[in-house]
Amino acid sequence: MIEVENLTKKYGDLVAVKNLNFKVEKGKIWGLLGPNAAGKTTTMRILTGYLPATDGKAFVANYDVFEKPNDVKKIIGYLPENVPLYPEMTVHSYLSFVSEIKQIPASQRKEHIEKAVEMSGLEPVRKRLIKNISRGFKQRVGIAQALIHDPQVLVLDEPTAGLDPAQIIEIRKLIKSLKGEQTILLSTHILAEVTQTCDGVVIINEGNLMASGSLEELTASFKEKEGVVIKLKKGGKDVLSLLQKIHGVDEVSHADDEFKIEWTKGKDMRDEITKLIVDKELGLIEMRPLAMNIEDLYLKVISGGVAQ
Amino acid sequence: MKNIWAIFKKEIKTYFTSPIAYVVITVFLVLIGFFFYSLIWWFNSQSLQMAQNPYSYQQLNINQMVYSPLFQNMSIILLLMIPLLTMRLFSEEKKSNTDELLYTCPISINQIILGKYFASLFVLLAMLFLTGILSIFTFAYGNPELVPILNGYLGLFLQGAAFIAVGIFFSSLTENQIVAAVLTFGTLLLFWILSWASYSAGGIWKGVLNYLSFIQHFDDMTRGILDTTDLVYYLSFIFLGLFLTHSVIQSRRWR
Repeated sequence: MIEVENLTKKYGDLVAVKNLNFKVEKGKIWGLLGPNAAGKTTTMRILTGYLPATDGKAFVANYDVFEKPNDVKKIIGYLPENVPLYPEMTVHSYLSFVSEIKQIPASQRKEHIEKAVEMSGLEPVRKRLIKNISRGFKQRVGIAQALIHDPQVLVLDEPTAGLDPAQIIEIRKLIKSLKGEQTILLSTHILAEVTQTCDGVVIINEGNLMASGSLEELTASFKEKEGVVIKLKKGGKDVLSLLQKIHGVDEVSHADDEFKIEWTKGKDMRDEITKLIVDKELGLIEMRPLAMNIEDLYLKVISGGVAQ
Repeated sequence: MKNIWAIFKKEIKTYFTSPIAYVVITVFLVLIGFFFYSLIWWFNSQSLQMAQNPYSYQQLNINQMVYSPLFQNMSIILLLMIPLLTMRLFSEEKKSNTDELLYTCPISINQIILGKYFASLFVLLAMLFLTGILSIFTFAYGNPELVPILNGYLGLFLQGAAFIAVGIFFSSLTENQIVAAVLTFGTLLLFWILSWASYSAGGIWKGVLNYLSFIQHFDDMTRGILDTTDLVYYLSFIFLGLFLTHSVIQSRRWR
């Protein structure tokens, strides 16, 4: 649904986005993840037709963004990082203005506005001036604006930025509820957001693509080591050295009463470890697989040039 | 056309839900009212003086003695007021990031510019229309000629329309409204006084400066002359202003 090929954007000498490639399938939610100034907003602005790219191609629903900007603009909904609101308008008149410039036929406008208001939970503030409503509601007006014309593709730039935890959860719920009908690309620098809402992720840093793929694919490919975390009744240094002596174990570390045991991917050391625990009567309380989560992945990507 | 209408409606709403339009129109009307009052008062005293002399009494002409100077005054006040009407048109969109909404909607830059332009023209028309109330008195108690008055209003409208085109252009250049207003005002004033330089200029420059200046063209119109040169002058001014605005917006996005 969204396809980016060798996308490059330069502002003078500054390269904001460099040879970016990624693909988002229909009906999926993808996260565009990266630290600040990574090029997330620039990428989204190019996709929505706000900025032209210096080089490369971008397609939304098979329309070339540069050759058919108007076709793309009709099927894309965009929530910029700074929500574009007119403070002097009421929520309703704002949505009605947006519905006009998004070419919704006059006969269907009312219906579309009703639907957007209902989906984004704006009923309580509908008659109020935008300048008088809270940050959370403003964000929702932004989302309502983005999805008022039933776009096939939604591009959301940091949809939860600046909201309180309860509001963040609500916005996430709203985004998740759109899944299936719409293809969504959202940017964020919050890791939890990706794990909780997204199917896949594109990680960029300083304009370079660091990694992209579905969450499972990525975590699997980055996991060079496997391991377990065990909790024992007995602890101490002698237990540590016992564990280290197991043939095939690369690394054992311990924190509090838990031991983290790692080995190279492919082997399975769980039998040996269990055997040792039973033989030495160490008293197993808990054993769980060591999961490489998105946070590890992200930090790894950002800190150390894991290029794919 | 529908898109232009949508932008037009939005701008009109912004003009009339914020105090801008009311303040500008009110101040304009108060000043014009004052000028009108003093001109009428002066005309009145002249009439009383000349009542003894039947010949010069015949020469008294309300169109020349009241309307001509009134139109001159109105155009100077427009020069002061129009930068305030146009300063926010594009700069505010940029400042509040709403340009990102406009430029990612299926609507062209030209439609946005025209929508905004027509909205300002509408406010200008409202200002001029409301000054028409003054003419109720002159027509009730005197016998001015209608055609030169209408011609003067047409001149004011064209001049104001040219001013607005300049204002829109400067508004697209900056996100600071004050900067936009000051640049507009400075430019308009410069074009106004350009003909002064023609006194000292020689040869072809004299004609060029005179042609470029607002004064010459506007004088014609207040005196009841409708010349195609003047029409062409104003229309090309408007076209150039809007064209440059389009170029600025287009180039910003490509930078």
